[in-house]
Amino acid sequence: MKLKTLMLMTGAAVAITPMAVAQDMADSMTIVSWGGAYQNSQQKAYAEPYMEMHPEVDIVWDESSNEAVAKLRAMNEAGNITWDLVDVVASDAIRLCDEGLAMEIDPDDLLAEAPDGTSAEDDFGDLLVSDCFIPQIVYSTTFGYRTDMVPEGVEPPDDICDVWDLETYPGQRSLEKRPINNMEWALLCDGVAKDEIYDVLETPEGQDRALAKLDEIKDEVVWWSAGADTPQLLADGEIFMGSTYNGRLFSVIEEQDQPVGMMWDAQVFDLDGWIIPAGLPEDRLARVKDFVNFATDTQRLADQAAYISYGPARKSSAPLVGEHAELGIPMGPHMPTAPENSENIFVYNYEFWADYRDDIDAKFQAWLAQ
Amino acid sequence: MQTMPIPRPPLVSFTVPMVAALGAFFGLFVGIANGSGILGLAIGAVAGAALAYGLASYVEDKRTGRLVTIAVFAIVGLILGGVAGLVVLAVIGFVLGWAVYWLDRGTYRSTIPPYAKSGEVLWHNTYKFICGLIFFFLIAPILTIIPLSFNAENFFTFTPEMLSFDPDGYSLKHYRDFFGTSDWQLALRNSLIIAPFATLISVSLGTLAAIGLSQTHVPFRRPIMAILISPMIVPLIISATGMFFFYSTLGNWLEANLGFSQSFVGYVKIILAHGVLGVPFVIITVTATLVGFDDSLTRASANMGAGPVRTFFKVQMPLILPGVISGGLFAFITSFDEVVVVLFVGAAAQKTLPWQMFIGLREQISPTILAVATILVVISILLLTTVELLRRRSERIRGMSPG
Repeated sequence: MKLKTLMLMTGAAVAITPMAVAQDMADSMTIVSWGGAYQNSQQKAYAEPYMEMHPEVDIVWDESSNEAVAKLRAMNEAGNITWDLVDVVASDAIRLCDEGLAMEIDPDDLLAEAPDGTSAEDDFGDLLVSDCFIPQIVYSTTFGYRTDMVPEGVEPPDDICDVWDLETYPGQRSLEKRPINNMEWALLCDGVAKDEIYDVLETPEGQDRALAKLDEIKDEVVWWSAGADTPQLLADGEIFMGSTYNGRLFSVIEEQDQPVGMMWDAQVFDLDGWIIPAGLPEDRLARVKDFVNFATDTQRLADQAAYISYGPARKSSAPLVGEHAELGIPMGPHMPTAPENSENIFVYNYEFWADYRDDIDAKFQAWLAQ
Repeated sequence: MQTMPIPRPPLVSFTVPMVAALGAFFGLFVGIANGSGILGLAIGAVAGAALAYGLASYVEDKRTGRLVTIAVFAIVGLILGGVAGLVVLAVIGFVLGWAVYWLDRGTYRSTIPPYAKSGEVLWHNTYKFICGLIFFFLIAPILTIIPLSFNAENFFTFTPEMLSFDPDGYSLKHYRDFFGTSDWQLALRNSLIIAPFATLISVSLGTLAAIGLSQTHVPFRRPIMAILISPMIVPLIISATGMFFFYSTLGNWLEANLGFSQSFVGYVKIILAHGVLGVPFVIITVTATLVGFDDSLTRASANMGAGPVRTFFKVQMPLILPGVISGGLFAFITSFDEVVVVLFVGAAAQKTLPWQMFIGLREQISPTILAVATILVVISILLLTTVELLRRRSERIRGMSPG
């Protein structure tokens, strides 16, 4: 009896509240992101200033970006979309856009202009890889290594092919448990020219060639699947070198003070940004649009770089990148886009992977199980 | 047990080799850790043999012998390996010193009848040893997380400072993180809202179902029982997928027709889902207590004019209460530990502790999770101890009262 009364009362109380404050924009917003240091940077740079301007808004964070595609599909099917704004990598944004699960946007209409009046479309430029995608950052996947495990009398590794050089640099490596990036690096070190890699990788022979190259180090590889794995393995000293996102390595080196160095050579650039789920009710959509306009303006994108070493997606933000919020070190040199870091970069080909992902994934998984 | 003095086993052909073997076993591990397993094995065996001979022949008093052994081992450890060496060798010294007297004084036979053959004695002690090992493997993983949760670093790693017991290697920062972060506090609050309500639902429905199903005149008792217990047997991921679609529809209906807010409906969905998951545990424990319940009591009660409801609360309920409570405890823990269904049915506003731990583990391997785990372990121990004490108390009281 008591329970029932209580629940009914709570229900009635909760039901009355929204009516009293009914207005054009919803007061609560669920934002989906990646958790960890990255989500923290978004909270500090976007959400907290926004909530200061709009104290009535309540933002809930959901760390589900990893399975965003699957969950959005299920939500769409169940007709119960609880997310308002979703942070995904560019390739997921392309998939969601193709399936009609993400809303198409007009950058010039939705997003703010640069301070000098450049239109948003020009300011983001090539990074607008999909009609639904609102880019935030450029991040890279690169290698970090234990500085104290470099053998004596040997230069620290500075070439992507040092990953394969088990004689000079003994010790285990960690690589991501998927073909993307690994196949490209393998071919690069097998002597394929950078601009021919995707041509070679299209052919079954090319794929076998990449796997054969990976075979050389397979026994020494620990496979990771979460971004936090490589930092943990490096901190433990279980591996000599491993690939992960550059922001994670920055955190290990500068914030956690571990003896780890960055390699940067042949780092692979990728994009991360927002999508708005299709089919939001009017009031929630209005709120999200307002937030996105604020959170992707030039200053906000530059502010984010004070918390994590990812490059802002707007050209106009680059000059505004300042110092780390807590450590006070200049963030410019830690950006993957900084000139000294990006001497040799590798640009990830979305279209290729959209077409070949399933085939190569199957082949790669079969190879892993051998 | 038995009062007959146990004959001392032969020293040179029994006690010395046994202790030497034990010493060799420890020596092997210490040796491997320091680079040479064989050398460690040899040193361990010699040390064990010498210790056994020395103690058994020259030190009559057990306590003195054991303390001296621990002290000598600890000092050697301190010289060779610092504080860490001291601890490791002190533990080894304790075990070896104990083993010498245990073997030499024949204590190992004390719980076995004197006519048992050596094979039987060996088996009895091996059996005890295996039980000890099982216990160790159950407990050790839980115990390792406790020191790690006081790590000063942000990784799941025993740092050199921690291993040498340097105070700088330890900190409470992960506990501060837990109590100071709004994410963790929200998760804790949600768990504390959801679990009790889910438990209430499971306990009331489960108890009623168990009582109904224990009546012989109920038709289709077995199929009904099987269906009610199925949430425990069906893989959770399947229940979770089904629940996701079912409760989405239900939630949409509640929001559209009754005007409830999204967050309230979110709680209702998870509470109902967890209630369903908890029901089988309550049914099983209550059915088990009902087996010992004497049905003539309810008939007697009815005979004296009490209605079924009164009979239930005054006669039946007090007698089956232990089953209801332990079922409720299981239901509470199920809801409190559950992550799969919450991930499906819940929205981010209803993030529970296991959900927060799950994402914390995947996105950011932070020892805050270990701090939370330690807190939960302590709470579980306290909870179970309290329930056990209450149970004993009620048993004692009931034992004294007539009837």
